[in-house]
Amino acid sequence: MRSSTGIKRTIAGLLLGGLFTALSMGVMSEPARVGAVTPGSKAASLEACVAPTQEMRRNHMDFLKHGRDEVVHRGIRDTRYGLSDCVECHAAKDDKGGYQPINGEGQFCDSCHEYVAVSLPCFQCHRKTPGESAESAAEGVNPHRLGLLQDGEGQPTLNAEGLRRLHVMTLEK
Amino acid sequence: MGKHNEQLDLKRREFIGKTLLAAGAATVAPGILLTVAKAADEARGVTSTVRWGMLIDTNKCADDCSACVDACNKENGIDLMQRPEGQSDADWNAQRPQWIRKVKLRDRVTQVVTTLPMMCQHCEFPPCVDVCPTGASFKRADGIVMVDRHTCIGCRYCMMACPYKARSFIHQNVENQLAAVPRGKGCVESCNFCVQRIDAGNTTTACQEACDKAGHKAILFGDLKDPESTISKAFKVHNSRQIRADLELNTGVRYIDV
Repeated sequence: MRSSTGIKRTIAGLLLGGLFTALSMGVMSEPARVGAVTPGSKAASLEACVAPTQEMRRNHMDFLKHGRDEVVHRGIRDTRYGLSDCVECHAAKDDKGGYQPINGEGQFCDSCHEYVAVSLPCFQCHRKTPGESAESAAEGVNPHRLGLLQDGEGQPTLNAEGLRRLHVMTLEK
Repeated sequence: MGKHNEQLDLKRREFIGKTLLAAGAATVAPGILLTVAKAADEARGVTSTVRWGMLIDTNKCADDCSACVDACNKENGIDLMQRPEGQSDADWNAQRPQWIRKVKLRDRVTQVVTTLPMMCQHCEFPPCVDVCPTGASFKRADGIVMVDRHTCIGCRYCMMACPYKARSFIHQNVENQLAAVPRGKGCVESCNFCVQRIDAGNTTTACQEACDKAGHKAILFGDLKDPESTISKAFKVHNSRQIRADLELNTGVRYIDV
């Protein structure tokens, strides 16, 4: 009886070990960038996000949660991490050229959240597609301003798009 | 205007707080002044050196005009909301969100009719904040009273507490929002002085802009704490009053000739 349990345990251990090895091999053999972005999104044409991919994967929820309090309670809207910027860059276009909801099936947010079974309630309130933010505030003031490189009057001299391009250029060098 | 509310910004609570703090510091370490270095980041964001407020001249507010309401709906994406299928007119009109609405008053004795826009009055001592069980209803440092939808649980106590009926509840799924104004089912919402515009450096609200455009110029928005602002100067000239001044909430929105 005992020996049969022992054998079963050994077999189970071997199987598990094999499974882990296979999984890690699979992960290692796959280049890190595959699957990081949705094909057809703006992000697909860029080298990196606002932080290295690994860091974004691990910490994006903390970045967003910290940022939301800054925005809502203190009115700081030029933070580095904003949900609308995620949507702006990561939403993919469909065949007709219209944007697909970022939380739609198989889309950027959904693909991972579905896999790890973590609910994604952000988009009950937040806009799911990039769009004219229709901010009338946009008149005169760049809505994509970042807290970087502002001139004397607080006007941004580098917008989000410009920064992304700079980012890509720097990485290529 | 209430007897006790003649100042635009009551400092009493702040004063008591500071006195207590000073007493506490003296007890802890007599003779030693403790200073807390503020991180550079803490200096960012809205401060209480500004208090946003509004002055509405009811004489200039036209009876048949709804420019402010329409502009508000557009600015905040309220007009993107569709009526749920099969809902009756009565239910839809009773439950659809309204951040600003036109109110008509008739004096029973003189029969004088006054129209005015009514919205969140951005009280200094907001009852909605007092009753909120989660801290979702809060007052920003610059005096804007608003709802943090991340923590709102939709209990609607604030709606009951508000003397101005300024808050709305979203009863249905919202499919389409503006990027700058996230909103969805299960949260309470109200006028926030177009906070996305203010944060972007703008100094007018959508309703004021629309009212000016319509040629009425009944709404004046500005910083109550800046003695040089147009609104502060207007306050000194006109005889304005708070609605329900007896509640001593020290509202940020005041009316002329009500």
